Amino acid sequence: MINPGHGRGPDSGTAGGGSNSDPFPANLRVLVVDDDPTCLMILERMLRTCLYRVTKCNRAEIALSLLRKNKNGFDIVISDVHMPDMDGFKLLEHVGLEMDLPVIMMSADDSKSVVLKGVTHGAVDYLIKPVRIEALKNIWQHVVRKKRNEWNISEHSGGSIEDTGGDRDRQQQQREDADNNSSSVNEGNWRNSRKRKEEEVDEQGDDKEDTSSLKKPRVVWSVELHQQFVAAVNQLGVDKAVPKKILEMMNVPGLTRENVASHLQKYRIYLRRLGGVSQHQGNMNHSFMTGQDQSFGHLSSLNGFDLAVAGQLPAQSLAQFQAAGLGRPTLSNPGMSVSPLVDQRTIFNFENPKIRFGDGHGPTMNNGNKQMNLLHGVPTGMEPKQFAGSHMRVQQQITGVRPGQNVQSRGMMLPVADQLPRGGPSMLPSLGQQPILSSSVSRRSDLTGAVAVRNSIPETNSRVLPTTHSVFNNFPSDLPRNSFPLASAPGISVPMSASYQEEVNSSDAKGGSSAATAATAGFGNATYDIFNDFPQHQQHNNNISNKLNDWDLRNMGLVFNSNQDAATATTAAFSTSEAYSSSSTQRKRRETDATMMAEHGQNLQPPSRNLNHLNHVYMDGGSVRVKSERVAETVTCPPANTLFQEQYNQEDLMSAFLKQEGIPSVDNEFDFDGYSIDNIPV
Amino acid sequence: MQRQVALIKQSLFDQGYLDEQFMELEELQDDANPNFVEEVSALYFKDSARLINNIDQALERGTFDFNRLDSYMHQFKGSSTSIGASKVKAECTTFREYCRAGNAEGCLRTFQQLKKEHSTLRKKLEHYFQLARQAGPKETARRPK
Repeated sequence: MINPGHGRGPDSGTAGGGSNSDPFPANLRVLVVDDDPTCLMILERMLRTCLYRVTKCNRAEIALSLLRKNKNGFDIVISDVHMPDMDGFKLLEHVGLEMDLPVIMMSADDSKSVVLKGVTHGAVDYLIKPVRIEALKNIWQHVVRKKRNEWNISEHSGGSIEDTGGDRDRQQQQREDADNNSSSVNEGNWRNSRKRKEEEVDEQGDDKEDTSSLKKPRVVWSVELHQQFVAAVNQLGVDKAVPKKILEMMNVPGLTRENVASHLQKYRIYLRRLGGVSQHQGNMNHSFMTGQDQSFGHLSSLNGFDLAVAGQLPAQSLAQFQAAGLGRPTLSNPGMSVSPLVDQRTIFNFENPKIRFGDGHGPTMNNGNKQMNLLHGVPTGMEPKQFAGSHMRVQQQITGVRPGQNVQSRGMMLPVADQLPRGGPSMLPSLGQQPILSSSVSRRSDLTGAVAVRNSIPETNSRVLPTTHSVFNNFPSDLPRNSFPLASAPGISVPMSASYQEEVNSSDAKGGSSAATAATAGFGNATYDIFNDFPQHQQHNNNISNKLNDWDLRNMGLVFNSNQDAATATTAAFSTSEAYSSSSTQRKRRETDATMMAEHGQNLQPPSRNLNHLNHVYMDGGSVRVKSERVAETVTCPPANTLFQEQYNQEDLMSAFLKQEGIPSVDNEFDFDGYSIDNIPV
Repeated sequence: MQRQVALIKQSLFDQGYLDEQFMELEELQDDANPNFVEEVSALYFKDSARLINNIDQALERGTFDFNRLDSYMHQFKGSSTSIGASKVKAECTTFREYCRAGNAEGCLRTFQQLKKEHSTLRKKLEHYFQLARQAGPKETARRPK
């Protein structure tokens, strides 16, 4: 096939300097889809003239099935926009999601809106009919570009793990790298870090350096494959398992050490999360699983690991955040988690239960986003509506809320954000706030199955609620918005947040502000819960409730702290509607944060992305920090910083709460570093 | 004979029946595919006849579903553009404009015009290809200078 070694234009070939003598792009396997037979014939002829291997197809369904049957059978797809059986953009989404191939759209329609639609849906190019052969001559560039990106990604994730030194070191290094890169929010930065890692691992394996990177096979971690993997790991011992040995034990042809290495990394993160919160959340996980399955149709194919994987991302980002340091006032770096999260992006592609190494989705992630949202997204999908509704309610309840806060754009966070009372220190006294959250959980039955899970949890928390209300009452207007982002961790948090919202609503009786505070508190907790819950979701509900409490306390504390300083920020949080419907700018900011998480490249669906983004945030213990960072982004940086800096109150609250719940207090619960990943033995 | 063929082709271009796209198609023709352009033309006319039929039926219904008509015409335009049938393409554009304006009368009128242009082009091309075949494949593949 293609000799990827050159990567240049056709003129740079070795064939002797003739302009068309370079065989480089020859034999590119192109799939052309167009319902117009005339166009199809002409395109086929043109592509053949370019020395490409053409397969033509006049129906999108046939094209999809062709692609599915030969996952690696094509390099690029060219599709018409207007087709009778399926919209070209839908096909584009499917291809991007399932096969991650570059797709070129074409149409006689050259209106900007359609071209823009192509861009937003992730098309790598848009051709206007009549298509000229010159335009087709260069389509190979898209293939090369995509492969290079994927190569970089998988090298980064795979190579960094693989090391003679040991996986953990690499992981640590990778995380630190991500932290270091947090200052730049965008993917580009992440890419750079990956490239740096590439250098580190360039000696690792010929296949990486080889031009085969252009045609790197995508590893689909099916259920069976994963089970094989887990069996091998267990046999070797989780701590002792190294990719090489795992690979040998699995004995799967075509699987490379790099694939195993990056998968192992993700798995380790998943285990850590499980280990850290297992005592509380055994049921939670299970309930979440079921709930999620119900709510997210697509998720049915997800196995526990998938969810865990999904959770891994947050865990990793949590680690990232922690590493970033709670005390780090630089909340404005949502990007820090980008690096680790980027790896995880693929995890969230639940369309097929496959975990892609390296997020090669890029623009086509929108589908991925949707899917990712399944875990996070489905709830998030629901969340927005719910939030919208709850926001309204909350807003009504909260009188002192200042609309300025951006937190809301986080989606889930919105309700919470609005509700957090501003009076930081004063809030502390009421430990009972956490219970409120739990009760809210129960109320949120409408959320989804996931919510149902939550519902089960609330019982324990219900008693806590009253206190929170009181607390909030004290600080009606000071809801630390910052905390909200955390709470809204989409995946698990959805149910949580829903409950929180409920809380808010339910607490109307108590008073708008209190409800708000409760809600916010709940959300704050939600975020933590998410971290805890995420790995646990498959386990027990009780744990979740406990978790909630723990988190709630933490969040509450944080909220309070931040309230004081983040007054402005919090006010913004109050106006959930504002936040929610907020500006795309906020979303965008979130998106940058979210890049780490899952949506990564998919800008197509900001709402979901934000939510997902949030989810991730929650997942990681450090999410709390993340959120504040985000909030800072949207609102003001300073307030965010304060969130973390003032944790003193939290400790009291946390301790009180924990005692109440019978949970051993965490020393520095407010110090995220202390909480999450650090404590989890790997 | 070959000169005659060339002249006919030139006149088609001059009269605006065909545009550069047709030349592009001719470029694609080679020894391995000596009748490519003719094959494409045949395919085009077959497919466009079907489209015309659909539009006719839709118009006869009298309901004037402009969206559907516009969609048909979009397809028609795409094909015509690909083959370089410029006059037909122009009529397609006009038709779509009437559709967007909701002008039923305009649509009907334009469609009649379109059918006329379409059939004129068909005849001319058929004639042209016939001559070209008689003249010999090599000449027909040349772009008229």
